[in-house]
Amino acid sequence: MYNYLSGGFSAYLYRDLLLGIRNKTDLVKPLIFFLLISALVPLAIAPEAERLAQLAPGIIWILAVLATLLSVERLFSDDLQDGSLEQMLLSPNMLILPILGKIAAHWLMIGLPLTLLSPLIGIWFSLPVVAVIPMILSLALGTAVLSLIGAVGAALTLPRQGGVLLALLVMPLYMPVLIFGSATIQSAVDGLDWTAPLAILAAFLAIAIALCPLAINAGLRLAKNG
Amino acid sequence: MAATNILKIDNLAFERNDTLLFEPVSLQLNSGEALHIEGANGAGKTTFFQILINLLEPSAGSVYFRGQTFSECRYDYLSDILFIGHQSGVKATLSVEENLRWMSPDNTSAEKIALALQSVGLEHYANIPCYRLSAGQHRRVALARLVTTTASLWYLDEPFAALDKQGVAFIEGCMQQHLNSGGAMVFSSHQDLVKIEARSYRLQSYRGVM
Repeated sequence: MYNYLSGGFSAYLYRDLLLGIRNKTDLVKPLIFFLLISALVPLAIAPEAERLAQLAPGIIWILAVLATLLSVERLFSDDLQDGSLEQMLLSPNMLILPILGKIAAHWLMIGLPLTLLSPLIGIWFSLPVVAVIPMILSLALGTAVLSLIGAVGAALTLPRQGGVLLALLVMPLYMPVLIFGSATIQSAVDGLDWTAPLAILAAFLAIAIALCPLAINAGLRLAKNG
Repeated sequence: MAATNILKIDNLAFERNDTLLFEPVSLQLNSGEALHIEGANGAGKTTFFQILINLLEPSAGSVYFRGQTFSECRYDYLSDILFIGHQSGVKATLSVEENLRWMSPDNTSAEKIALALQSVGLEHYANIPCYRLSAGQHRRVALARLVTTTASLWYLDEPFAALDKQGVAFIEGCMQQHLNSGGAMVFSSHQDLVKIEARSYRLQSYRGVM
């Protein structure tokens, strides 16, 4: 059962997934954005295979960052408006697990579909086949970090709905993820060892899982106090 | 039943923009008692509730739950209160039943949910998404929690807002039953209650000099 007001991870994961499925447009918007821009890039730049393959790692990662940024700002603002955030803060349990549940739901609805769509974009950009697996792995880990960091920004910019402030706040923190994410793909394209930048992404994820919920917890309480 | 002390509020004050929002409050609440918080619009009723549910820190004074401060009994306190505020916590895209299930304690039986929906008159709306409901019906979804909750201390901030006469009668019935079974509650309302015997406390806006 998923009906725990005071419940933990799985309760909030289930509820947010259900809400996401009911509001399909919110869910699909970032993905359409992701696909549309990647369809435009080869048209705007020369459609030569070598040039596109050079740009691909960077562009795929920039799109992943922007798509996450677009979707993360509503993570807590809807809950604040309808009062369910207040009820969440009244839970006697630690807030860490409900927060992680919400972020996991966000990743499953944004990061995972982006990851699964990325081979298609790889084909559009004539990305060498050897780079596809590294690309999928780096996006899977990296988008989870993006969701976690974005959630910190979303909590800190409450009660307003993110917007420019959110982008300014999280962009510097997104940069290392962007650098090591595209480095993973680039290394694979160049025939180098791509596990090192991937391992750094994994380390980012471990740190983010441990620290982001604490910052989000503080941010949410601050939002209710203000 | 011997009345036990549930809540003790000692010289509670809250400061906003360098002045006190209301005259310091000292109150006691025993089991089986209801406390009616009155005050003009903007007198600080909602802020008062936010302090009681530990979302806001008071500027001075303290609140004791069964003789302990919040920090001593945070878990016990939060597991034993029910708060229904202005924002109902109802998700518009979830159905009536899903919302109630989400807001009820984890081991609530299906019969209890059905009973709660029936008592607020929403039994035929169980599978309707809440965005199709009227404001009053929205409110009823949130207030159906009064049937499913196991909390002994209720905080109801304007529970009668947007409700029709029948709805008000239902809430009063729930409140009476809760008091009879030894529960306690603090509520705010601009209406005069017919059935419930409650002590009134009027929040006075601060007049003193700093």
